[in-house]
Amino acid sequence: MSERIQKRFAALAAEGRAGLVTYLCAGDPDAETSLALIRGLPGAGVDLIEIGMPFSDPMADGPAIQAGNLRAIAGGMTLNGVLELVRRFRSDDQTTPVVLMGYYNPVHRMGKERFIAAAVEAGVDGLIMVDLPPEEDEEFCLPAKEAGLDFIRLATPTTDDKRLPVVLQNASGFIYYVSITGITGSAAPVADLVGQAVRRIKSATTLPVAVGFGIRTPEQAAAIARNADAAVVGSALVDLVATNLDQDGKARPGLVEAVHGLVRELAAGVRGARA
Amino acid sequence: MSQRNSLRTMPDENGHYGIFGGRFVAETLMPLILDLERAYEEVKKDEGFWKELDGWFKDYVGRPSPLYYAERLTEHFGGAKIYFKREELNHTGSHKINNTVAQVLLAKRMGKTRIIAETGAGQHGVATATVASRLGLPCIVYMGAKDIERQQPNVFRMRLLGAEVRPVTSGSHTLKDAMNEALRDWVTNVHDTFYVIGSVAGPHPYPAMVRDFQSVIGREAKQQILEKEGRLPDVLVAAVGGGSNAMGLFHPFLDDEVRLIAVEAAGDGIETGRHAAAMAAGTPGVLHGSRSYLLQDQDGQVIEPHSISAGLDYPGVGPEHSWLKDQGRLEIAPITDAETLEAFQLCGKLEGILPALECAHALAHVAKIAPGMDRDQIILLNLSGRGDKDIFAVAEHLGVKL
Repeated sequence: MSERIQKRFAALAAEGRAGLVTYLCAGDPDAETSLALIRGLPGAGVDLIEIGMPFSDPMADGPAIQAGNLRAIAGGMTLNGVLELVRRFRSDDQTTPVVLMGYYNPVHRMGKERFIAAAVEAGVDGLIMVDLPPEEDEEFCLPAKEAGLDFIRLATPTTDDKRLPVVLQNASGFIYYVSITGITGSAAPVADLVGQAVRRIKSATTLPVAVGFGIRTPEQAAAIARNADAAVVGSALVDLVATNLDQDGKARPGLVEAVHGLVRELAAGVRGARA
Repeated sequence: MSQRNSLRTMPDENGHYGIFGGRFVAETLMPLILDLERAYEEVKKDEGFWKELDGWFKDYVGRPSPLYYAERLTEHFGGAKIYFKREELNHTGSHKINNTVAQVLLAKRMGKTRIIAETGAGQHGVATATVASRLGLPCIVYMGAKDIERQQPNVFRMRLLGAEVRPVTSGSHTLKDAMNEALRDWVTNVHDTFYVIGSVAGPHPYPAMVRDFQSVIGREAKQQILEKEGRLPDVLVAAVGGGSNAMGLFHPFLDDEVRLIAVEAAGDGIETGRHAAAMAAGTPGVLHGSRSYLLQDQDGQVIEPHSISAGLDYPGVGPEHSWLKDQGRLEIAPITDAETLEAFQLCGKLEGILPALECAHALAHVAKIAPGMDRDQIILLNLSGRGDKDIFAVAEHLGVKL
């Protein structure tokens, strides 16, 4: 169990507000820009940082995050590079929780034991593995948890009452509720339905519930933040990275500031949601 | 022989074939995959389903497909007797329809109202579109933009059959990307959609289900060769992309004393790195819902495969093939684009049959082994598809303008 994640959600509960979680793909568009982006997130109001481990075939992701993954790979980002990024971030931030999100194959290729040890050492707090459902828990979830990493489980609109206990069984850190059936960055969630779903999950677990997929604007983030413990924004930020690249795919001056600007607006939305 | 444990009992209850297989999918899809597994387990025991399927096989697909003695090729190579299992004579021109008829019937039973599929060469797409049209279900086929270009006849066929062909422009624009896109569709349209996977790949139960539906090939072949020769063949040869035609032929023979050779697409040659030979040159990895041999780099990124044949242009392979390879039961033979083109032309000249580029790979391997075998030995090759769809691609490679 990661202390950083637990403490952060406890602090948010004490403040009586929801948190903001942001997703950026490690190494998009290059390692140094990526580090600058991530370093500035806590100051811009992010409560928990989600970092994508790039993969060539991100099956659950929409066009924005697919493109971000491919840019990162083209820019030379590797799984070791992702861990190095976290290590560098951790050298001057000991409190903001960091969660790695991605697909299993790169981890499998590195070797799960090696990856788990390196992730713990780098200061990673939790993992979101899109293509590892509870049915494959022995493969990776259990060893990761044993090493002290939280295994954040996705619950979705197709997770019915019968399925929910299976999803919750080995979950830790928080539950990530996927607000739509679909890929990242596609349809916008309907706040009322999401509210119901969050209440349903919370009645079955004491873990905090973060909600993501399809949240792009401060207003949408605020609507979600009224019911959930955190709102997750990804595609909108990754899109903003894309629009701040030059013809050769290199970061244009102002990219980092532009992303942090949107993050500040989202944070304001989330913080004002229950006011 | 009888002491050995059967190799035909896989997978285990979680869909694992040793370390391979499994269900590596997003949570959104898990309930659907479990539903499908339940539905499939039900029809497996339902005689009515198999009787209905047999009726379709006989009257719509045109089964049983003949087992044909390729006399002139046999003479040409001067060694083992060569038989073709003529899957290319099925309706729509390949083995793919065996599986699509069965899956779309299952979809109907499950009350699904929308069919999606991925396709590489277009054979699976055509076979899915055909059955969907016959059963009155809307059908969307995802196809890599690069494959659309090299398989124009099949694209037009699918459209004539009422399917919508959606070009996929992500990744390498080929089969793996079409599969990614089909999975993205499925995750979005969970309530009404049935995903007809065309190979023995994907999450459990697909590899086992597709194998079971395609095993009609091997069951027939076994009976037919016993009728013609009074004994089993010495060698079975089939091309492997994802592996459905090979598994369909091999599975009923797994416990028999018959060599099984899986022919993989070596593209420009394994040593060039431009190939699609997952078992010959890959390492275990996780893609599209299961663990299998996979073409990947040191960092676990999937390598874009290359083959002249769009149907073999896939970086992975079925989990059961992967397991059988590790058991030492499967022999793996890589065949290059150039060798394939030669076999394609030879078959047309000597047998009056233009094979699909996929199974022309298998024939090219037969050309290598037949001459060294005795005249009383038997090679049985799965002629899994016909080559009409490939004539434009072949013409281009031969420098001919049509």
